[in-house]
Amino acid sequence: MTVDVIDRLVGITPGSPLDGIRAQRPEARTHAQKSYEALFTPADAGGVTSAERFALAFYVVGLHGEAETAAFYGEGLPPGGLREAVESAVAQTRTHGPYGAFPAGPLSREDKAGPAYAVDAATTSALGPRLAAAFAHAHMLVYHPRDAGPDTLAAMLAAGWTTTDVVTLSQIVSFLSFQIRVVAGFRVLRRAS
Amino acid sequence: MPDTTLTPPAHTVPVAFTRAQVDWLPWLEPMAPEEMTERHRLALVDAVRIKSPYFRLLARDPDALEARTRADKDIFYNTNAGLPRAERELAATAVSRLNGCVYCASVHARFSATYSKREADVDRLLAEGVGTDLGESWNAVVAASVALTETPLALGPEHVARLRADGLDDLAIADVIQSAAFFNWANRLMLSLGEPALP
Repeated sequence: MTVDVIDRLVGITPGSPLDGIRAQRPEARTHAQKSYEALFTPADAGGVTSAERFALAFYVVGLHGEAETAAFYGEGLPPGGLREAVESAVAQTRTHGPYGAFPAGPLSREDKAGPAYAVDAATTSALGPRLAAAFAHAHMLVYHPRDAGPDTLAAMLAAGWTTTDVVTLSQIVSFLSFQIRVVAGFRVLRRAS
Repeated sequence: MPDTTLTPPAHTVPVAFTRAQVDWLPWLEPMAPEEMTERHRLALVDAVRIKSPYFRLLARDPDALEARTRADKDIFYNTNAGLPRAERELAATAVSRLNGCVYCASVHARFSATYSKREADVDRLLAEGVGTDLGESWNAVVAASVALTETPLALGPEHVARLRADGLDDLAIADVIQSAAFFNWANRLMLSLGEPALP
C-alpha cells in the first residue's frame, strides 16, 4: 500500500480529527498524492531522472527550512556527493521571500530587493550544468517568482533541458510550494486541536 | 537543436492589479492541438481548455497536469460544508497579490467579488495590497494566507485562534490552508512560464 505523503509528514492517523477533515475533501487528498507520484515516481521519467527530481526537491524544501519534509525527500537521493552539493547550495542561497520587482508603474513602490541565486564554483561544478540551471530557476520561483522571465528558461534549455523537461521541473518546484504549505498548515492545525 | 523560448507578440503589460480580463502569453511552446494524444487531452480534464496555451503547455506532463487540476477543483469547488467559496477565492486573491501574480489575482478577484458581492473590498485588496483593512473576518483569512505564503512559513497557532474566534471550524480552517497553499502552486506556474497581457 502506498503511504499518503501528506498524512505521513503531518502525522495524521486513521480516525483522527484531521483524517476526518481530509476525508471531506477526498479529491484534493487523492490528487495531492497523485501529483507527488506523477512528479517523483512517474511511470515514464522522460528527460528528468529520479536523482534530478529528488535533488531539486531537497533543494526546494531546504530553502523553506522545513526539516522533516526535507528529510523525506532526502531519502530519495542516490548515495554519493549529490546530497552534500545540494546542502551547500541551500546554505549559500537561503533567504526570505517573497520579494521582486513589478513592471514600472504604480506598483513600483512595492518593489522589494532581494538576492539573486549565487553559489560558489565548487558547488556549481558538483551539481553539474543541468541541476545548476534548474536550481537558479527554483530559487527564483521559491523566493521571488514575480522576477521570473524567459532568460532563466533559456538558460535551462541551453543547459540541455527540453521544453517538456522545464514544464516538469517547474511543476516540481510549484507543487512542492503547495505540499510544504499543506503539511506545515495542517501541523499547526493538528497541534491547535 | 535545443528547444528555444518564445518571444510574445507586442502587447500591453498590466502595471496594476485588476478585476478585468487579462490574457496570458507563454514563453515556452505549448503543444499544438494536433500533436496531443488522447492522454494529453484527458489531462486537460475540461475539453474546452484545449483553447488555452497555458493548459496546452502544462499538458506536456499530462499526469502532473491532471492531478493538479483535480486537486484544484476539489479545493475550490467542493463547497460541501467548510469555508464559503467567496473566502476561498479571497485567500487565492491575497496569495496572488502578495506573490505578484497579476493574472491569477484578476481571475480570483472576479470570483471573490461575484460570490461575496463585496466588489469595493476586493478592489481595495488589489489596489492597496494585503495590509489593507477589510473587516476582521476577511482580515483573518488574509493574514493566515499571507503567513502561509511567506518563506520561511510564518503560520502559527495565533492565526488558527483568530480564525476560530471568527467562527471558522477546523474544516473551514483547513480550506483556508489548502486554498492559500494551492495558489502558491498556481502562481509559480503562471509567473514562470509566461506573462500577463492586457487584451
